[in-house]
Amino acid sequence: MTAHPPPSRSYPPGEHPDLPPPPATTGIPGWLRANLFSSPFNSLMTVLAVWLIYLFVDAAGGWMIFDSVLHADSRVACQAIDSGACWAVVTTRLDQFVYGFYPAAERWRPNLAFALLLAALVPVLFSAVPMRRALLWCAAAYPFVAAWLIHGGFGLPVVETGRYGGFMLTLIIGVTGISASLPLGILLALGRQSKLLALRILSTAFIEFSRGVPLITLLFVASTMLNYFLPPGTSFDLLVRVLIMVSLFAAAYLAEAVRGGLQAIPRGQYEAAEALGLSRWTTTRRIILPQALKIAIPGMVNVFVGLYKDSTLVVIIGLLDPLGIARAVLADAKWNGLATETYLFVALFFFLSCFAISRYSLWLERRLATGHQRASMP
Amino acid sequence: MTAPSALSSGHAGTVRPWRNENVRTVAVQIGVVLAVFGIVAWAIGNVAANFAALDKTFSFRFLWELPAGYDINQRLISYTNQDSHLRAALVGLLNTGLVALVGIFLATVLGFAVGILRLSHNWLVSRIAYVYVEFTRNTPVLLLILLWHGIIINTLPHPRQALSFGGSVFLSNRGFYVPSPVIEPGFWWVVVVFCAGLLGVALLYRHGRRQMAATGIRKPYALYGTGLAIAATVLAFYAAGAPVTLDRPALRGFNYQGGVTLIPEFVALTWALAFYTSGFIAENVRSGIISVDRGQTDAARALGLTANRTMKLVILPQAMRVIVPPLTSSYLDLMKNSSLAIAIGYMDLVATLGGITLTQTGREMETMLLVMAIYLAISLSISWGMNIYNRRQRLVER
Repeated sequence: MTAHPPPSRSYPPGEHPDLPPPPATTGIPGWLRANLFSSPFNSLMTVLAVWLIYLFVDAAGGWMIFDSVLHADSRVACQAIDSGACWAVVTTRLDQFVYGFYPAAERWRPNLAFALLLAALVPVLFSAVPMRRALLWCAAAYPFVAAWLIHGGFGLPVVETGRYGGFMLTLIIGVTGISASLPLGILLALGRQSKLLALRILSTAFIEFSRGVPLITLLFVASTMLNYFLPPGTSFDLLVRVLIMVSLFAAAYLAEAVRGGLQAIPRGQYEAAEALGLSRWTTTRRIILPQALKIAIPGMVNVFVGLYKDSTLVVIIGLLDPLGIARAVLADAKWNGLATETYLFVALFFFLSCFAISRYSLWLERRLATGHQRASMP
Repeated sequence: MTAPSALSSGHAGTVRPWRNENVRTVAVQIGVVLAVFGIVAWAIGNVAANFAALDKTFSFRFLWELPAGYDINQRLISYTNQDSHLRAALVGLLNTGLVALVGIFLATVLGFAVGILRLSHNWLVSRIAYVYVEFTRNTPVLLLILLWHGIIINTLPHPRQALSFGGSVFLSNRGFYVPSPVIEPGFWWVVVVFCAGLLGVALLYRHGRRQMAATGIRKPYALYGTGLAIAATVLAFYAAGAPVTLDRPALRGFNYQGGVTLIPEFVALTWALAFYTSGFIAENVRSGIISVDRGQTDAARALGLTANRTMKLVILPQAMRVIVPPLTSSYLDLMKNSSLAIAIGYMDLVATLGGITLTQTGREMETMLLVMAIYLAISLSISWGMNIYNRRQRLVER
């Protein structure tokens, strides 16, 4: 940008040096004018929005933060201290919200498993990690290591699944569901696109059935009648049955997301691979799936977030996920009537984790974009 | 590497059978079908053995032979606890339908509003819409149901101190009380006039379209017609002596009498489902609108269409093509999520047939099969209708 030209000089056409933009269009005033007060209607909307925010902050801010009570023994004690939210209901039971009824002496095991989860996620989520291939194999072994750590056996005392609960249970269901449904969902999607009639019909029937019924009915099946389908006398753990059902359910949704990606691959990709003499399996593995999965990422992440959120449904068949703990706490006469505080706390946990997942997916989408997408939108 | 394709199938004799693609295809399919049917047969055999061991039978007769024996807190049709399990299931199904319909309506209105606000040029407004969308989409729906139920139960006052709106709508933690219309004789004349008005508007609209096609002159005939029809209906209403009165709820003893009572479970469930789903719909609407190429707007404006007509005639029809398929799946999700009613004690299909009937009769197999079949039938028929709609709406390309 050049300095102000002297006002009196005249220039030949096309030679006038660039003038700085008018002051009202730059900086903070310019931004305010362009984004908040560009027209009378827009200004009205701004005023309305500010008023709404004021109402919300005035009502919720005081209740949630300034007038709230963090530590107390009961609801009555809370009310004696201040008029706002009684977060003591959460702080006194924080252990249960995190671990359920996992024995206190063994809690280092889920803690370690959680730390390992973060470590295992690094090579999965980020491609710029050194020795990624080897680390990926370690990550593939993670579910088994974590299962051993949390459940026990082979030298560790066994902790029954009935004692798992809280956010730990949410993570168990989420991680198991995602790692089991991913391969299954891809296979189902390939089956639905297959040229083999029998495979196609069976995959389609499974997908449409799973997507057509609510998850809660499948969980009821897992809890009340799955044993009928097994030889008389056999019975296995409720949590394992739930994990199987959740994984199958998520696999059907995942298959639809992957199918969207498969359908977007142009026919020429198959023909080119065939012309090069690649076998059908190699074509699928090396040519089709890498492109299709890339396209399917947003849909797949949506399925994963959905699975993670739907893990709360297990409370209805009696598992003690965060909502189960919340209900148990609220049934206590000391904390009766504090549903708003308790559920808001659980909501915060889910919001933070789901929001992080969806941000990651946006980042990955941008990073993997190789220029085939349409011009950016206004 | 040999890669037999359809071309080599003509001289199948030259390749070994396990390399022959046709043979392999058939073998794989037979193998898969045999495996699946084997597992299914094995499972059914186990069911039979288990049922025999427990002295159970498989029969749907309990549905109409046994009295249900439980009460239902919201009934759209008459029902007592002496009615059959089938009737109880029907009451539950209707409750599911009511929640789904009201929830879908609310979610659509909210979702479209928020989706459009999200595209607002006003930074503050679009940020508020963004926060709303992210909060609704990233919280489990069951949690939202319990949260809203908790808020209604714990923060609204008892019926005696109920919040009153104009003396006819009352909000309390025992339910929302709204006036109900009572229809008196003479009302049918108003209905007849109203229908005639509708017909007239339709005819005027057609006339206007024809005139526009023939002469290019546009006149808002439909608008005139609508005004006339409304005026005629209002006139008829008063001419017939205002044949609709309101039955207002009034406090008698410990609770309200008269009007319509919306139980807290219904309000919490419907509102939570609408709240949750509206976030997804808002995102659909937003992505649908921005998917329409900017050149379309420019071209429409260059042709002289006003901003409103550009939106109505150019942008929206193209955006709807993108919006509608995910919109339907949002509706289906809402319908399926209404099964979470059982968590707060709203008696929907799952809570009646799959809940109390299941535990009372001990017929897990029959009740769950029936519940799943009903949901499956609804889902499949809606997505079937959707596919037809999509095929008709699809962009015709070369």
